Amino acid sequence: MLKIDNIHARAGEKEILKGISLTVNAGEVHAIMGPNGSGKSTLAQVIAGHPGFEVTSGSISYLNTDLLDLDPEERAQQGVFLAFQYPIEIPGVTNAYFLRSAYNEIRKARGEEEMDPMEFLDLMEKKLKLVDMDVAMLHRSVNMGFSGGEKKRNEILQMAVLEPKLAILDETDSGLDIDALRIVAGGVNALKRPDNATVVVTHYQRLLNYIVPDFVHVLAGGKIVKSGGKELALELEAKGYDWLVEAA
Amino acid sequence: MTAVSAGVVSTKYAEAFGALDNNHTPAWVTELRKHALAEFAAVGFPTTRNEDWHFTSVTPIAERTFKNAKPGTVPLSAAELADLATGDPSWPRAVFVNGRFEPALSSINGLGDGVKVQTLAAALKDAKENSDFVSQHLSRLAAWSGQAFTAFNTAFAQDGLVVHVTRGAKIAAPLHLIHVADAGASGAMIHPRLLVVAEPLSEFGIVESFVSNKGAEYFTNSVGEIAIGNGARVHHYKVQREARDAFHVGTLQVTQGRDSAFHSFSYASGAALSRTNIYTRLAGEAAETRLNGLYLIDGSQHADHQTFVEHIAPHCASRELYKGVLDGDAHGVFNGKVYVDAEAQKTDGKQTNHALLLSNTARVDTKPQLEIFADDVKCTHGATVGRLDDSALFYMKSRGIGAENSRALLTYAFAAEVLETIELDALREGLERIAFERFTHTEQR
Repeated sequence: MLKIDNIHARAGEKEILKGISLTVNAGEVHAIMGPNGSGKSTLAQVIAGHPGFEVTSGSISYLNTDLLDLDPEERAQQGVFLAFQYPIEIPGVTNAYFLRSAYNEIRKARGEEEMDPMEFLDLMEKKLKLVDMDVAMLHRSVNMGFSGGEKKRNEILQMAVLEPKLAILDETDSGLDIDALRIVAGGVNALKRPDNATVVVTHYQRLLNYIVPDFVHVLAGGKIVKSGGKELALELEAKGYDWLVEAA
Repeated sequence: MTAVSAGVVSTKYAEAFGALDNNHTPAWVTELRKHALAEFAAVGFPTTRNEDWHFTSVTPIAERTFKNAKPGTVPLSAAELADLATGDPSWPRAVFVNGRFEPALSSINGLGDGVKVQTLAAALKDAKENSDFVSQHLSRLAAWSGQAFTAFNTAFAQDGLVVHVTRGAKIAAPLHLIHVADAGASGAMIHPRLLVVAEPLSEFGIVESFVSNKGAEYFTNSVGEIAIGNGARVHHYKVQREARDAFHVGTLQVTQGRDSAFHSFSYASGAALSRTNIYTRLAGEAAETRLNGLYLIDGSQHADHQTFVEHIAPHCASRELYKGVLDGDAHGVFNGKVYVDAEAQKTDGKQTNHALLLSNTARVDTKPQLEIFADDVKCTHGATVGRLDDSALFYMKSRGIGAENSRALLTYAFAAEVLETIELDALREGLERIAFERFTHTEQR
C-alpha cells in the first residue's frame, strides 16, 4: 500500500529525514518509535503533505501512485489520514459542518453523491459511539475549548467518519489519561480492516498495549535504526532509546 | 491633500441649515445648533495632517455638498425590514428612514415600564432649557468643540432617539434602532442622534443598524451619547451595512460611573468610506468596558475605527478585540487610544487587534496609542497583520477539503472568533450567517 524509498526531507535548511525506507501493506499496523527530535512527526507530516517540509530525494508510492505528486487534499481524498499531534482550533465552524464538508469532498472525489445533513447526522450518531462522544460535540466549534483528550478523540472521530485506507496517528497518546487512551485505542481497533493500514507514531510503549503493532521501527537522527516485531517495543520500554541511538 | 477651508464649508451648508425647521424649536436648541454650525464652519473637515485622521482622507465627503435628506420614498414591508436589519424581528424597534422617525414601521412596546423612549423631535418640541430631561443631557457628553463631524451633527440633527432607563430597571429585550437610507437620501446627508441615560443599577441593551434600501451616495453622520450610572450595565451594538457608495461617520461618546459596565460591538461592512469612533470615559471606580469589533471590506472600501478609553478612576478594566478581513484594494485603519490618568491606579487594560489580508493590494494601518500617567497599572496591546495560518490550512486540506474551501472556512473562522463575543443570540447568528455566506458563497446549515 505504502512504499517509502530512501526519503530525505528538510525544513528550511535543516535536514530532518536522512534516508528512510519503509513498506506498509494492507492489514498491517506499524509503530514508529524514537526519542524526541528523531523525525517521527516529520515523517508523518511528509506523508500527509505538510507544505513546511521539502522532500529533497527519494520517493513515496501509495497504491501505485506517486504520493509526492499529490496535494494534501488529494492525498486525503485517496484515503490518507493524519491524526494530528496538535489538532487545530477552528472557531465558528461546527464539528458537524467541518466533518460533513470533509466527508462530502472525499465522496465527490470518488464520484459519489454528497450526503444531505439529516442522513449525515444518522451516520454521525453511530460514529460518535465509537469514541464515546456526545452528540453535543457536533454543534461545538472544531476543537474550540476541547480538553486535550477531547481533541484526540475528535481526531479519531474524524478518522471514523472518513474511513481512510492509510491512517497515521501522530502522538495520539500524548496527554491522554488511561481511560481516554483506552477509548482512543478502542476506536482505532474498531476501524481496523484487512484492506486498511495503520501507522502509529509514538514516544511511549504504553499505547502499543492497546493498539498492537505487527512491526516496530525505531527512528533516530532521521533514520530507521532498528526494526522488529512487537517485542521490540517492550525492549525499548525496558532499556530506553540510548543503546540504539549510540549504536547508530 | 487639499484642505477644505472653513469659509467654503460655511457657504456650502448655510442654505441647507437655513432650510431646516428652526422656528418651532425652543430658543436654546436653535442657539445650540447655530453655535455648532459656527464651530463646524470654523474648524472645517479634518485633513490627514490631523493626527486623528492621519490614515483616513475625508476628501470624498468634503468635496461633495450633501443636501438635506427627503422623507422616505421607497415602500418598505415588515419582511424587507427584517431582512435588512440583522437581529430578532420581535425586538422592540425604532425605525428611522432618511433620518425621520417612522411610527408605522416602529414598535417600541415590550420594553416595559422601566424605560422611557421618545423621539428627539418630540422631546425637543417643548423642552425648556435646563429644566427637563433632554435639555439636561443633550450634547453634554459628545464634545463638538474642535470636532467637525460632531459639530456638523449637532447643528443638523433633527430627529433621533432619547432613552431614559430608570434606576434599577432591567430591560430584557434590546431596543433595535434601525436607520434606513432610501432613494430619498441619495446625495443627501442624514444626522441621526442618540441619547441614552441609564440610571444607577439599570441594565439596557441597544442595537443600532445602519442599512440602505436603494439609497445611493448619501452621507450618514451619527452621534450617540450614553451616560451609564453607578452599577448600571449597557450593551451597545452597531451594525454598519450602509450602501457600498455611501459615506458613514459615527461617533459614540460614553461615560461610565462606579462599578458600571459598557460592552460595545461594532460591525462594519458597508460604505465606500466609513469611520467609527467609540469613546468611553471610565469616570467611576471599578468600572469595566469591553470594545469589540469586526470589519469586512473589499473592493476600494475604506473602514476606519478609532477607540478611546479614558481611565480616569482607579481599579477599572478595559478589554478590546478588533478584527478585520480585507480583500481587493480595501484599506482598513484601527487606532486604539488608551489614556490612564495619574489617579487611575490598578488600571487593567488590554487591547488586541488582528487583520487578515486576502489580497496583495489590501492595506491596513494600525496604531495603538497608550498614554499612561499612573505607575501601578497593567496595560498591554498586541497587533497582527497577516495571512491565513499555514498549519490551519494544512489541517483542513488533510481532511480532504480543497484549497479554496479551506481558505474560505478559515477566513470565516477568523471573523467568527470575534462575532462569538456578541451576547445577543439573534444578532450573533445573523452576522455569522452573513459572514459565512460572504466567504464561502454557500448557505450555512
